[in-house]
Amino acid sequence: MLTILFDGVAYGMLLFILAVGLCVTLGLMNFVNLAHGAFAMAGGYLTVIMMNRMGISFWWCLPAAFIFSALLGAFLERTLYRRLYDKTHLDQVLFSIGLIFMSMATVDYFMGATQQIVNLPPYLSGRIEILGAQVGVYRLFVIAVCGVLAIGLQFIIARTRFGSQLRASVDDGRVARGLGIDVTRIFSLTFAVGSGLAGLGGALGASILSMDPFFPLKYMIYFLIVIAVGGATTITGPFFASILLGIADVGGKYFVPVIGGFIIYTIMVAVLIFRPEGLFTRGKRK
Amino acid sequence: MSVADKDAAAPAVASTSPPTPAAEQSPSWRLLLDAKWRWYEFAFWLCAAASFWVFPKKLMLLSEIFILGLLALSIDLVLGFAGLVTLGQGAFFGIGAYAAGLMAQAGMGAFPLSDPLLGLLVAGLVAGLVGFATSFLVLRGSDLTRLMVTLGVALIVEELIVKFKDITGGSDGLQGVLSSPVLGLRSFDLYGYTAFWYSLSVTFVIFLLCRRLIHSNYGLSRLAIKGNPLRARAIGMPVNARLVSIYTISAAIAGISGGLLTQTTQFASPDMAAFHRSADALLILIFGGAGYLYGGLLGAVAFRVMQDFLGNITPQYWLFYVGLVLVLLVLFVRGGIIGLMMVVRDKIFPRDDKDAGGRP
Repeated sequence: MLTILFDGVAYGMLLFILAVGLCVTLGLMNFVNLAHGAFAMAGGYLTVIMMNRMGISFWWCLPAAFIFSALLGAFLERTLYRRLYDKTHLDQVLFSIGLIFMSMATVDYFMGATQQIVNLPPYLSGRIEILGAQVGVYRLFVIAVCGVLAIGLQFIIARTRFGSQLRASVDDGRVARGLGIDVTRIFSLTFAVGSGLAGLGGALGASILSMDPFFPLKYMIYFLIVIAVGGATTITGPFFASILLGIADVGGKYFVPVIGGFIIYTIMVAVLIFRPEGLFTRGKRK
Repeated sequence: MSVADKDAAAPAVASTSPPTPAAEQSPSWRLLLDAKWRWYEFAFWLCAAASFWVFPKKLMLLSEIFILGLLALSIDLVLGFAGLVTLGQGAFFGIGAYAAGLMAQAGMGAFPLSDPLLGLLVAGLVAGLVGFATSFLVLRGSDLTRLMVTLGVALIVEELIVKFKDITGGSDGLQGVLSSPVLGLRSFDLYGYTAFWYSLSVTFVIFLLCRRLIHSNYGLSRLAIKGNPLRARAIGMPVNARLVSIYTISAAIAGISGGLLTQTTQFASPDMAAFHRSADALLILIFGGAGYLYGGLLGAVAFRVMQDFLGNITPQYWLFYVGLVLVLLVLFVRGGIIGLMMVVRDKIFPRDDKDAGGRP
C-alpha cells in the first residue's frame, strides 16, 4: 500500500518536472504547445545515447539532457514558435501536432521504434525498506531530485526579481509590457528553461516511463490533465495536480486495472466542465 | 428546418425573372446564388466516379478516401462552419464503426439485421445520440477547453471500447463483420467493387444533405455564429441550440463514416477511435481547406495519395513529411488546397465580385 503511494508520488513528481514548462508557457503566452513531450523525448534519448552507446556516467547525462533540450527549445522558439503567438489555438495545436509527428519519425529513423532501456548505475537500482514499505532506490532518487527542483522553482518564482516579472507577465501581459518588463525575453527564457526541465524529466524518467518514439503522443494527454486540473497560473497548482495524478494513475492501475485510464480521463473532463480554470487556481483571471 | 426551407424556396420562384438590384442584395438571393451547382462540382463527382475505371486495382483505397473525406466533412461542419474546434471526432467515428459492426454480427450476415443501410442508420443514430449528450460539454469554456474536452471524450470512448471485451472484442476488435448484400443486390467482394460504389453513393448522398444544410438559412446562421457569437446572440439567434444541433449532426455523420469503414473492410478495432484518427481527420480537413464543402474530400484525396506515394519511398517515416506539411501549412498557407487554388485563380482571373467560387 505504502509502496504504491510512494511510486505514485515519484511518478507524479516526474510528471510535474515534465509538465511545468508547458504550464508556464501556456499561462504566459496563451500558447498551446502539444509538442512539449518532444523535448522530454529529446532529453530521454540523449541519456540513452550517452549512457548506452558512449558509456558516459549517469550524472553527466542529467545536466546534458537539460542543456540540450533547453537549447533545442530556445532555437525552435526563436525560429518557429515565435510566428504563432498571435494565431488561433487551432493553428497552434495543428502546428505542434506536426512537430510531434516529425519528432516521432526522426527518432524512429535514428533510433528505431523499439523501446529503449537505460541501465542504471547499480547503486541506484534495487529496493530498500522504509517504514515497512519496499521502496525503489531510484524512485527515492527521483523524488529527491524533483523535490529539490520544485522547491527551487517555487523560490525563483516567489522570491527573485525575475520571478516577480514572470508572475506579472502571466497575470497580465499587456500591463506588464507597459511597465517596461520585456515579456518577450522572459518568455524566450521561460520557454527554454521549461523545455530543459522537460528534457531533464525525460532523462530521469527514461527508465520509469517507456522511452519510445510514441512518447510525446502518449504523455501529451497526461500533461494536458495536469494543466486542466492544476491551472496555468501558478506552479503549486500543477505540482499538486501532478502528484494527485501520479497517485491516482499508479493506484488505479494497481487496484482496479479493469477501468485503468478511464478514471483519470473522466476526472479531467469533469474538472474542465465545472472548473475550467483548474482546481487550484487563486480565484478567477479576468 | 421547415422554416428555412420555406424561406429559401420563396425566391426560387422569383429567380425565373432577372433579379432586381434590390433582390440581388437580399440574403436569400445570395443563398440561392451560392447554392447553384458549378461546373467544377460536376467535374469533381464525375472524376470520383471515373476513378473506378482509371484505378481498378485500388478500389479499396478509393473507398477509404471517400470515407475519410466524409469524416473530414463532418469535422468541417463544426469547425469550418460553426467555429467549434474539436480533437475528438474519432470518438464518433469509432462509435459508428462498432455500432454498425455489432449490428451486422447480431444479424449473422443475414438480411434484416445485417442490412448495411440499416447498419449505417443505426451507426448514425447512436453516434448522434452520444454527440448530442456530449455537445453540452463543448458549449462551455474557451477553445483550449474544448480541445481538451473533446480529446478527453475520445479517450474515454477508446478506453471503453478496449475494456468491454465481451461486447467489443477488446483490443482484437470485431473481425469478420459480414453484411448482407447492399439493397439485397450485391454483397461486399474481395476486390471492393461493391465497397467502391457503396461508399461513393453514401458519401455523395450525405454530401448533398450537407450542401443543402449549408445553403439554408440555418447554415447562414452558423456562419454568423462563427463570425461573432455575441452579436449573433444579440440579434436573437439561439446560439447554443444551433451549436448543439450542428454538433449532433456532425457526430452522426462521423458515425456513418465509421460504419461505412467497418462494413467495407469487415473489421472494427479500437484504433478507429484513437487519437491519431481524430488528428488525421483534422489534418485532412486542414489540407483540403476548412470552411469549404469540398475541403474534406479534396484533403482526403491529397492525404491518401501522399501517404501512398511517400509510403512507397519511405515506408516507415512518411509521418515526418505529414508533420512537415502540417507545419508549413500552418505557417504559410491559409485555407489548404482550396485556399491555394483560389489564390491562383484570383491571380489569373482578377475579379471584383465576391462570389467566392470554392466557397460551398
